[in-house]
Amino acid sequence: MDIHEYQAKKILSDFGIGIPRGGIAYSPENAEYKAKEIGGSRWVVKAQVHSGARGKAGGIIVCNDALEVARAADKLLGKKLVTNQTGPSGKIINRVYIEEASDIERELYLGLVFDRGSECIMVVASTEGGMSVEEISNKKPETIIRSKIEAAVGIQEFQAREIAFNLGVETGLISRTAEVIEGCYRAFSDLDATMVEVNPLVITKDKHVLALDCKMSFDNNALFRRNDVAELRDKSQENPSEVYASDRGLNYVGLEGNIGNIINGAGLAMASMDMIKSAGGEPANFLDIGGGATPEKIVKAFKLVSSDEKVKVILVNIFAGINRCDWVAEGIVQALQTIKIDMPLVIRLAGTNVERGNKILKESGIDYIEAHSLKEAATKAVEALKKIEEK
Amino acid sequence: MSILIDENSKIIVQGFTGKIGSFHAQEMIDYGSNVVGGVTPGKGGSIHLGLPVFNTVKDAVKETDAEASILFVPPSYAADSAMEAADAGIKVCVAITDGIPSHDMIKVKRYMRRYAKSEKMTMIGPNCAGIISPGKSMLGIMPGHIYKKGNVGIVGRSGTLGYEAASQMKELDIGVSTSVGIGGDPINGSSFRDVLARFEEDPDTDIILMIGEIGGPQEVDAGKFAKENMKKPVVAYIAGLTAPKGRVMGHAGAIVSAYGESAVEKVELLKESGVTISKNPSVIGDTIKSVLKG
Repeated sequence: MDIHEYQAKKILSDFGIGIPRGGIAYSPENAEYKAKEIGGSRWVVKAQVHSGARGKAGGIIVCNDALEVARAADKLLGKKLVTNQTGPSGKIINRVYIEEASDIERELYLGLVFDRGSECIMVVASTEGGMSVEEISNKKPETIIRSKIEAAVGIQEFQAREIAFNLGVETGLISRTAEVIEGCYRAFSDLDATMVEVNPLVITKDKHVLALDCKMSFDNNALFRRNDVAELRDKSQENPSEVYASDRGLNYVGLEGNIGNIINGAGLAMASMDMIKSAGGEPANFLDIGGGATPEKIVKAFKLVSSDEKVKVILVNIFAGINRCDWVAEGIVQALQTIKIDMPLVIRLAGTNVERGNKILKESGIDYIEAHSLKEAATKAVEALKKIEEK
Repeated sequence: MSILIDENSKIIVQGFTGKIGSFHAQEMIDYGSNVVGGVTPGKGGSIHLGLPVFNTVKDAVKETDAEASILFVPPSYAADSAMEAADAGIKVCVAITDGIPSHDMIKVKRYMRRYAKSEKMTMIGPNCAGIISPGKSMLGIMPGHIYKKGNVGIVGRSGTLGYEAASQMKELDIGVSTSVGIGGDPINGSSFRDVLARFEEDPDTDIILMIGEIGGPQEVDAGKFAKENMKKPVVAYIAGLTAPKGRVMGHAGAIVSAYGESAVEKVELLKESGVTISKNPSVIGDTIKSVLKG
């Protein structure tokens, strides 16, 4: 789960990390008022959307008086910000963060992630703050500092100090920088985060160490014990179909193609998408309805996939193990009695009692195209699509 | 032979009396697995499915000499149950549970470092279908009948995609020595490499099928291991060629976040290690067949 910059900064601040003075605003008047409240003579108005690269997309505006702050807020609020991370549809800006502008002397990069290779928490730092970590590893890989943290004992002061020295931080600010690194680690570990990124971490001309921007992601599997994190979820930043799906226990990711998929199991779902591509088509979604493939889930899956306007053909691929094919077939028939599908439907069943499953489908009178292998299913789905396109 | 489990493996079920635990325990018993009892704290002393229930894994091991366990414990308690199994002297533990927090898995793996190699439990999963040595024993939730006994070792992340592969193989009359599901989570008990090493040592396994997917470094590491340490051929299929970058594809671990983690990159790097690639999921069986004839 991702959260907004202002929420992440609040968390950092709670862990003792310095952030510029700022506040959230929901309207231009609110923004102007906030700017005056914060004080100073230069402010930054920042669109709060779940994405990086907001600056390049015009989502961050520097202002020199309070009226400009109001205008900037007016320009951003209610609009969709399209960045290189949001996809073409962009993400809605429902609030802006007003922050005092900082006089920056140095910009550093600081990130904490799970390192899957070593199964440790890894601190990644670089002197090249402001660039994305991908850019840094492409353009200035020699500046990257990595430090593995043993989760059982947590980060040690010497490790944080080493990172600060390796970043070339001036002697007087070493312990302050080390405290920031330790604070980020504590936030990561105490809140079940999967990623904490402070970019840039700045040293200001008046010698403060501040988190100028921050991104955090959390482990969805740990939200059951992190109420204070779970309540930071902002569904307006998520794809509506994905929210619909996750609220109903389905795993869905919307894609750009036009062949909709209903599959049980994540691996088989990815494999079926690959097979569609290999047959010359493009998948419209990833959808894993889970191992169980109950009739209720099949109904929900049909509703979800058919609600995507791009979808022209639906491919159902269920490998029934413990839950037999005859039972899955009955579920599909039931589902198609409650929801009307106006497009070609290719169904491939495999596994336990497959003959009985296919017999039930055939005898039910539903309009569908039968397939017996993964390849046949994908090929028939692509053929059905071509027929529609020819018309 | 086979790896990890055989007909002699004495099995206990952790989370035995729950609905899911009961269902799959019965399936395992019906398959012929040597299930000797189960653990549900607070229900010790009772009988379930005709087998004794214990309060702790230690009690169960003491009374039954169990050496393998399978977890059907909810995500919030699963890490604790895995550590309990390790401490009680269980040698192979399969965690079926989906949804264990990553921080908990790191804790489990760190905890297990306290044991000497000879004493250490092998954990398989979490978020996996388990292990089956066809005709001998099933420590998992797979449909046992789709696996034919034979000489191909299977190791994969996904449940249903593994079934797809096993049934393609069965149709071509190719059998399996052992199939191991290592699960779809970012931090797991055993890696592809750990399982490959066991198959290399197993006299009944002649060739290994590795079913990987996007995300993480494990498939590529396993490929390097195979190149440097293995004589047996490895065939691989990597799912997720069409998966977008930065999105979680169902499995918590199926996300491309660094170089070498996309399906295209993994396929390239595996080829460099001499692994034979099944170019799409419909020809996994055929690819193995051609390598077997090789």
